[in-house]
Amino acid sequence: MVADAGRAQGALPIKTKLANALKSKGGDLKLVAYIMAGHPSAKRSIDVGKRLAASGIAAIEIGIPHSDPLADGPVIQRAGQAALQHGMTVAGALEVAAGVAKEGVPVVLMTYINPVLAYDPRKFAAEASQAGVAGVIVPDLPIEEAEPVSGWLRSASLDTVFMVAPTTQPDRIATICSHSSGFVYCVTVTGITGVRKDLPAGMTEMFAEVKKHTSLPVAAGFGISRQEHMKALRGHVDAAVVGSAIVDEIDRAGDGVALVRELLKACR
Amino acid sequence: MSRSTLTHPVDGRFGAFGGQYVPETLMSALRELEDMWHEAKADPQFQLELAGHRRAFVGRPTPLYAAGRLSEHFGGAHIHLKREDLCHTGAHKLNNAVGQALLAVRMGKKRVIAETGAGQHGVATATVSARFGLDCTVYMGTEDMRRQSMNVRRMKLLGAEVVEVKSGSKTLKDATTEAIRDWVTNVRTTHYIIGSVVGPHPYPEMVRDLQRVIGDEARDQYLSLDGKLPDVVVACVGGGSNAIGMFTAFLDDRDVVLIGVEAAGKGIRTGEHAASLVGGRPGVLHGSYSYVLQDGDGQILPTHSISAGLDYPGVGPEHSFLRDIERVEYVAVTDKEALAAFKLCTRLEGIMPALEPSHAIHHAGVIARELGPGGRILVCLSGRGDKDMDSVDGG
Repeated sequence: MVADAGRAQGALPIKTKLANALKSKGGDLKLVAYIMAGHPSAKRSIDVGKRLAASGIAAIEIGIPHSDPLADGPVIQRAGQAALQHGMTVAGALEVAAGVAKEGVPVVLMTYINPVLAYDPRKFAAEASQAGVAGVIVPDLPIEEAEPVSGWLRSASLDTVFMVAPTTQPDRIATICSHSSGFVYCVTVTGITGVRKDLPAGMTEMFAEVKKHTSLPVAAGFGISRQEHMKALRGHVDAAVVGSAIVDEIDRAGDGVALVRELLKACR
Repeated sequence: MSRSTLTHPVDGRFGAFGGQYVPETLMSALRELEDMWHEAKADPQFQLELAGHRRAFVGRPTPLYAAGRLSEHFGGAHIHLKREDLCHTGAHKLNNAVGQALLAVRMGKKRVIAETGAGQHGVATATVSARFGLDCTVYMGTEDMRRQSMNVRRMKLLGAEVVEVKSGSKTLKDATTEAIRDWVTNVRTTHYIIGSVVGPHPYPEMVRDLQRVIGDEARDQYLSLDGKLPDVVVACVGGGSNAIGMFTAFLDDRDVVLIGVEAAGKGIRTGEHAASLVGGRPGVLHGSYSYVLQDGDGQILPTHSISAGLDYPGVGPEHSFLRDIERVEYVAVTDKEALAAFKLCTRLEGIMPALEPSHAIHHAGVIARELGPGGRILVCLSGRGDKDMDSVDGG
């Protein structure tokens, strides 16, 4: 996995199913919901995923649990630990993804790199593609380490989504955008996933900078859970990812659909 | 292979191992750290300052000690101990903490964080934080706080906040994960003082550079005895900082056999161990690609060792490289063997080693019996054993 951050990637398909689904139309804000595969059980995560898919979201992110989730806050960490305790595996998460993908809403897998390496990245790419997955996000795989894994994902027609953070230097943003396909993921906060009351004031400048370098849809994630957040994001990004708030609902035996419907009201 | 090819990571890697598998949020901080470290390393003023602190604060150079009665006990081979236990705060960890604290000051960071297992790195970080006026937070697993309670008290007295980590196995791995999460959140104001040669580039290289003083001193001291080098150099390996610190000076001495000793816990076959190089396979943990104890699905496995400092499922990437090119041999020693070596060294030499280097002392005994009289063995005694009273009484 030698660094090739500077390599031009002009041949990337821009108009993937994922990109089309997340591109804002007429100024609306698309919503992406996150669930953890196997939380609280494999069967229930498929049920919840299907219900969310029918609730008006543009895409669904499905997390593959990991023992050491460096980018996640306590809510998603706990969900992952519970999923692992109940026997969730990479193969099991691919089954969950396949079950949810049947609903027709694009499915994006969110996974740390080590489960992918252990599973065999080529096998992972082929099986994810077969499961109907549209794209993959690997939060501990910065562009410097992206190859060869992201190449294998691309070969299997999977989008590889890279992240821009508030700490990302301006000179990296263009390179990250050129590596990304499907969409570009903007991390709104300097920190880990988890609900925040307020989003940082400076985030719209980051969104504008990212938009300069890509025609892909731009999604904002981390900390997003309220109608006010939707209003603050609308017009600046194409989509918002809601994770911990939904996982928290699932923790309380809910499915997050009511929350999604409420948030969607503030998206148009 | 020359020293330069062995010790200079290319693109942040030692062969296939190393790299920067971290969230994007940390990438600019790692780039800054790499630049600042290379700049500081080349700055004579920084080196002068570091040397001054090593002399007057850490207590370097540490002595090389001829362990006569241990030598006799093991059949006559000459065993020498590099006395890192005599460093201020009781272990080699301060070598690294002093260097990184100076770097934090140079970078204008007012807050430092650290992970700790045995508590020695936590104490070292709390100590330099007191010395340089930095805010200090140390992450430590519940299980380690229990078995290393004296070090928890020391850290608090030194003014550090100790955060209990209750997730996962409640030991060093989980403390490290929590520290990284803190860093992701507070990266603009905080420097993360990693305690071993693990983590994303440039940490493995930087911590190695700060610990190599152990081997540089020991090699000179050993040569000054009779002009000859040791046959075998032995050091314990958890993350592997004392071992890398010791081995680096000897990498080009092709006739010197280098042996890293991991924790076999209750035995490799029981699965209850912490021997990543002996019993693991390559994967990503805490930002670098290296040998890792993991299940078939890439989940990190719980570990066991009587020694909190070795109780870690990963290892520094340079060790993985040195293993694969067969420059260093890695073996594993059980809890029981380490405890016996602890007691032996205490009774025969009047030196109470920490449980971590007790693993190395046990293996030095095995090698001594193989070599017989005339054999020459150098052991890194990485820390002292006061902290381990409770574990030893319990064992």
